[in-house]
Amino acid sequence: MPQLSQLALVYQSQWFWLLLVLGAIYVFVGHGIVPKVEATVDLRDAQISADLAEAERLRAEADATEAAWRAKINEAHADAQVLAHEAKDRSLRDTEKRVSAADKKLATKAEEAAKALDEARKSALGEIETMAASAAREIVARLAGAEVDEKAARAAVAGALSRA
Amino acid sequence: MATAAKIDPMHQFMIAPLGSDQLAATPFQFTNSALWMLVVLGVIVVFMWGGLKRQLVPGRWQASVEVLTGFVDNITRESIGPAGRKYLPWVFTAFVFILISNWVGAMPFAIVPGAHPFTVTSQFSVTWTMSVISFLIVLAVGFWKHGLHFFSLFVPKGAPLPIKIFIAPIEFVSFMVRPFSLGLRPFVAMFAGHILLDVFGNFIVQGLNAGSAMGGFIAALCFVFIVMMSALELLIGAIQAYVFALLTAIYINDAENLH
Repeated sequence: MPQLSQLALVYQSQWFWLLLVLGAIYVFVGHGIVPKVEATVDLRDAQISADLAEAERLRAEADATEAAWRAKINEAHADAQVLAHEAKDRSLRDTEKRVSAADKKLATKAEEAAKALDEARKSALGEIETMAASAAREIVARLAGAEVDEKAARAAVAGALSRA
Repeated sequence: MATAAKIDPMHQFMIAPLGSDQLAATPFQFTNSALWMLVVLGVIVVFMWGGLKRQLVPGRWQASVEVLTGFVDNITRESIGPAGRKYLPWVFTAFVFILISNWVGAMPFAIVPGAHPFTVTSQFSVTWTMSVISFLIVLAVGFWKHGLHFFSLFVPKGAPLPIKIFIAPIEFVSFMVRPFSLGLRPFVAMFAGHILLDVFGNFIVQGLNAGSAMGGFIAALCFVFIVMMSALELLIGAIQAYVFALLTAIYINDAENLH
C-alpha cells in the first residue's frame, strides 16, 4: 500500500500542495465566485417574485375594471329596459286613447245616422199613411160612392197599419 | 508492467516526483499527486468561472454552476440553519474538491500515451487532512461560541444521571473518531474502486493475450463489467463528496447550535 509506505516521504509535499489547492479553491471559488453566483440566483428569485406580485396586482386591477364595466353594462341594460317599457306603455295608452276617441266619434255618427233613419222612417210612414188614406177614400168613393172624411180614413189606415 | 502475468494494482497509487529523480521529504517537491491537484483546481476554477456570466436567464453552463452552488447551499442551510451561510465556503470547497478529484480520477486518461492518471482522493494523506480541517472548524466554532459549555455536547439532554455518566464517554469517543471516519470513507471508496478497475482492466489485456476463444470471452465479459464499474465509480464519487459535505455540515451544526 503505497499510501502507507511512501507516507514519510510524501506527507510534507502532499500537505503543502493540498493546502495550497484547497486554499485557492476556498478563497477564489468559495469566497469569490460562490457568493456572486448565489447573489445572481437571489436576484433572479427576487425579480421573479416581484414580477409575480406585479402580475397578480395587474390581474386584480383588470378584474376590478371588468367588474366595473360589467356593472355599467348591466345598469345600461336596466335603463334601456325601463325606457323601452315606458315607451311601450306610452304608445299603448296613446293607441287606446285614439281608439276610444275614434270609437266615440263612430258611436255619435251611428247615433245620428240611426236618428236620421228613424226620422226618415217616420216621415215615410206618415207619407204612406197619407197616401193610403187618400187611396182608401178614393177606393171607398169609387166603390161605395160614399164620401169618407179624411180624418176617419186616416184613423182606419193607422189602425190597419198598426195591426199589420 | 513487465510481465503480463503480474498484476500490480497498487502501482496507480504510487506518488512519483516530477522534475526530479527522487522523492524527498520536503514540502515543495512537485509530484504527480500535486500535478493532479492542480488539474482538479483548474477544472473547478474554469467550471465555476462559467457561472459568473450573471445573466438573468442563465445558459446551460451558468445554470449548472447555479445548481451546484444551490445544492451545497441547501446542505449547509438544512443542516445548520440560517447561520450555515458562514460555513458555505468550506463545505463547498470540500464538496467540489472531493467530487472533481473522484471524477477526474475516474476519467480514462490512460488511453493517451504517456499519461498517468492519478486519483488525489485515493490518498488518505489527502482525505484525512480535509477531515481534520473540518474537525478543527467544529472545535473552533464550538469553543468560540460556547466555551467549556461545548463539552455538554457529550451529555444527552434529559436523561437520568446514571445514563448520562454511562453515555458521555461513549459520545466522547464517537466524537473523537469523527475525523478518522470522515476521511476514511472517501479514501476507501476510491482505493477499492480503482483496485477493482485495475484488476479487471488487466484481465481484459490477459484475456486478449491468451489468444483463445475463452480468453476473448473473458476479456469481453470484463470489459462490460468495467463499463458498469466506471458508471458506479462516478456515482460513488458524487455520493462520497455529498457524504463528506453533509457530515461536515452536521458536525458544524453540533457546534453552532449546541443543544
